Amino acid sequence: MASPKRIGKIEFGLLSPKEIRTMSVRKIIWADTYDDDGFPYPQGLMDLHLGVIDPGLRCKTCDQKASECPGHFGHIELAKPVIHVGYTRLIRKLLRVTCRSCSRLLLSPEEIVKVVGTEDDLTGDVLSEKDIKKERVCPHCGEQQLKINFEKPTTFSEIIVEEGKKVEHKLTPADIRARMEKIPDEDLRHLGINPTVARPEWTVLTVLPVPPVTMRPSIILENGQRSEDDLTHKLVDIIRINQRFKENQDAGAPQLIIEDLWELLQYHVTTYLDNEVAGCPPARHRSGRPLKTLSQRLKGKDGRFRGSLSGKRVNFSARTVISPDPNLSVVEVGIPLAIANEMTIPVHVTPYNIENLRQMVRNGPERKTLTEPCGANYIIRPDKRRIRLAEGNLETVAEMLEPGWTVERQIRDGDIVLFNRQPSLHRMSIMAHRVKVMDGRTFRLNPAVCPPYNADFDGDEMNLHIPQTEEARAEAAILVAVEENILSPRFGGPIIGGIHDHISGIFMLTNQLKWHTKEEALYLLRHMEIEHLPLPGKIEDGTPMWSNKQVFSTVLPKELNMVFRASSCQNCETCKRETCERDAYVRVIDGILECGTIDKKAIGAFDGQIVHRIIRQYGMKRAAEFIDDITHLSIRSIMLSGFSFGIDDEDLSKTEYGQIDEVLTSAIQDVQRRIKIYEDGQLEPMPGRTPEETLEMQIMQVLGKARDRTGEIAGRHLGLGNSAVVMAVSGARGSMLNLTQMAGCVGQQSVRGERIMRGYDDRTLPHYKKGDRGSDAHGFIQHSYKSGLNPTEFFFHAIGGREGLVDTAVRTSQSGYLQRRMINALQDLKVAYDGTVRTTGGRIIQFRYGEDGTDPMKSSFGDPVDVKGIVESILKEEV
Amino acid sequence: MSCEHANNHKDGGFGVSTKLNVLEHVMVPDHQIMSEDEVKQLYSLYSISSEQLPKIYHDDPSVKTIGAKVGDVIRIIRTSHTAGRAESYRLVIKRPKK
Repeated sequence: MASPKRIGKIEFGLLSPKEIRTMSVRKIIWADTYDDDGFPYPQGLMDLHLGVIDPGLRCKTCDQKASECPGHFGHIELAKPVIHVGYTRLIRKLLRVTCRSCSRLLLSPEEIVKVVGTEDDLTGDVLSEKDIKKERVCPHCGEQQLKINFEKPTTFSEIIVEEGKKVEHKLTPADIRARMEKIPDEDLRHLGINPTVARPEWTVLTVLPVPPVTMRPSIILENGQRSEDDLTHKLVDIIRINQRFKENQDAGAPQLIIEDLWELLQYHVTTYLDNEVAGCPPARHRSGRPLKTLSQRLKGKDGRFRGSLSGKRVNFSARTVISPDPNLSVVEVGIPLAIANEMTIPVHVTPYNIENLRQMVRNGPERKTLTEPCGANYIIRPDKRRIRLAEGNLETVAEMLEPGWTVERQIRDGDIVLFNRQPSLHRMSIMAHRVKVMDGRTFRLNPAVCPPYNADFDGDEMNLHIPQTEEARAEAAILVAVEENILSPRFGGPIIGGIHDHISGIFMLTNQLKWHTKEEALYLLRHMEIEHLPLPGKIEDGTPMWSNKQVFSTVLPKELNMVFRASSCQNCETCKRETCERDAYVRVIDGILECGTIDKKAIGAFDGQIVHRIIRQYGMKRAAEFIDDITHLSIRSIMLSGFSFGIDDEDLSKTEYGQIDEVLTSAIQDVQRRIKIYEDGQLEPMPGRTPEETLEMQIMQVLGKARDRTGEIAGRHLGLGNSAVVMAVSGARGSMLNLTQMAGCVGQQSVRGERIMRGYDDRTLPHYKKGDRGSDAHGFIQHSYKSGLNPTEFFFHAIGGREGLVDTAVRTSQSGYLQRRMINALQDLKVAYDGTVRTTGGRIIQFRYGEDGTDPMKSSFGDPVDVKGIVESILKEEV
Repeated sequence: MSCEHANNHKDGGFGVSTKLNVLEHVMVPDHQIMSEDEVKQLYSLYSISSEQLPKIYHDDPSVKTIGAKVGDVIRIIRTSHTAGRAESYRLVIKRPKK
């Protein structure tokens, strides 16, 4: 590999006609490409001097083969100059700031000094169009200036006032070029142009470079026909018109025809450079598809920059649907055998591994079952030649193998791979997992790693990449591994932890004190690596019993001490602590759960307190093991009793239905009463509000309260025997509000925080009287999802639901764009060894990272030191 | 009005003026001009040149109030959510046209 070199300088300038001719290897004069034998015409667009694309031929310039010749430029001599569309702004500016007769800047030296400064004291500013007054007299030659009109895309004209009438006089590119040629170098410097690299007349083309054939290869279709590149098509057009132009010129054709041809040539050159210019119909292919010309190759998402340089397609990657497997470890990923057989890791042959690798070569490229050892797909010899392993050559190649060769072996259990889900919004979107080759056709992952990827299993697909070098694998294992990314740098807490069933399961296991027989305890702990059960908590009728808290404690580290409150804590005024009837006061002493329920607060993703403490006390590795244990234990626990929810779980008894009815009827009556007060003009408005607003707020409040009351009534009936209640209380999924809406009353539907007011004149639907302010006329749904909505309620529900959908759609697109711009602005900043945040150029952005120099990932929810946690863990008491 | 106003700017906030002193506003952090020695120390501490410092325009209201000139380095002391107190340094530069 060539050694890297430091870039001395980069020069931005224009190609001069002289340079174009010097770099050209051939003048192109024929519009034709290939002759009847399929051989390129000399001096045609596919001339062999411009490089070769057909295998077998040799370049006439560099004498190299198709794969080695980089291609060479040619040129076309234009009959008359034409304007380069990319520089029309510059041309307009120069025409407006220079004299039409002497081409000098329309400013006296004193005026120039005012803007640019003197030679010793430059202001750093350059002249702009605004510095020159319109239609003034040239200070150098006294010529009256005219207004320059620019019409998109490439027409310039002067406006002459004749007998009070304005007459446009067109400027030909030749006129413009003549003016530019006369602008003195010194004046150009004041305009911010370096005349040694960019004379302005070079923006008007007299000679056109012809790009090498290697960047516009023709392809041969299935029927043997040649299909030329869009660029070639455009060049053909240019040469044809150019040729015709020349002939007409030589024949002395009338001025009108010459002008027409000139304009046509300008059009073709313009669209050749950019086919999406405003005010210019795009050049089209025969099929009607607009041609993809030079500018289109660079622009946009699939252009050269965003499509080919910033991002490209890669090898050694796989993509498929994901599905859950709670029996995997969080650090593992299940890979289908079909993918594992296809993907390889290169291994260098050494005297130490040669026998192993020989065996892999003998195993060959086809691994039929999971139990078979991995094989190899390719062998690379020291001369870089690849040998594909197939049924026939396995034994011979295995014998040939010697140190210095490379074997591309298939991936197997334990290999490290990168796993990714788009959109990759944060660093945890790509993590390194250990391979577990499995049956089936999907990638399998432990549901506990869904939160960092934001993945679910409704058809999500994910990508997999195999690091190919030792360095890459080491980086993956040390920096990107799942164990290293349990903590989120966003808020300094664990982002991996139990979700959904993990939380329901562990809640059902640990809530209140329960006793299990030996069989049950062992069933729960089957997947745990524990050597022996603790001593039984009690012996009942001669059978030893273990408490649920004991079972849970087996997965805790031995020296763990902590005190906190569970998700189910109601924040009572005076905490009853150990005697809490909800069992929400969690206390762990020396790795034993003394009391309390384990739920979302303890092990959940985003706020798993126990997970967080284990990371701080024992490190990431132990925390990953803990998460594995806890997910396995909770899944076993949820399977012990089973967990389901059906329509009859929303049933209430007759008394509750009566109470709910009563609450709703009285609320609706209350609303009617308030409306009456308002209509009688007796309503006392709240400070700063109109009577209407006051009434609306009161109605919203009354109905909101009524809905909550129905929830309470329903909640009284549905206890912890109800699955939805278990999920809501433990924090696994859903809330009591969801339950209220299912069993009690759906409640008020709103648009922008107000009752639904839109629809017809003075009413939402024709079902109501005009001016009806009643609760049902403005979107209050008094039924529950279980009892069913009536048609008007259903309609209001759809209105409210639509607002939510629109909001999410708008929010995601806006925040996505914001994120893109932030990343682009911040991507090259880094924290230097002295703690400063610097750009690549060493410029300081922040004198101390985050002003306190704390890594948010290693902080405890933002605080550099978790003082409370440390004190509590030593005192074993709440502080 | 514009003419008188321009004159007010020149005296840098001295004299009897009804203009608001921005430094007294609660949202404006403390700005101080650094002495040459302090600046030298700052450069050696971070091993940087003046080019690598963050910049502030000469016509920034607080720069004008403390009377700093182009080329001066200003110390800004802020109250910080994370660190309690944070120091930052800025080089005064001329605002370019437009």
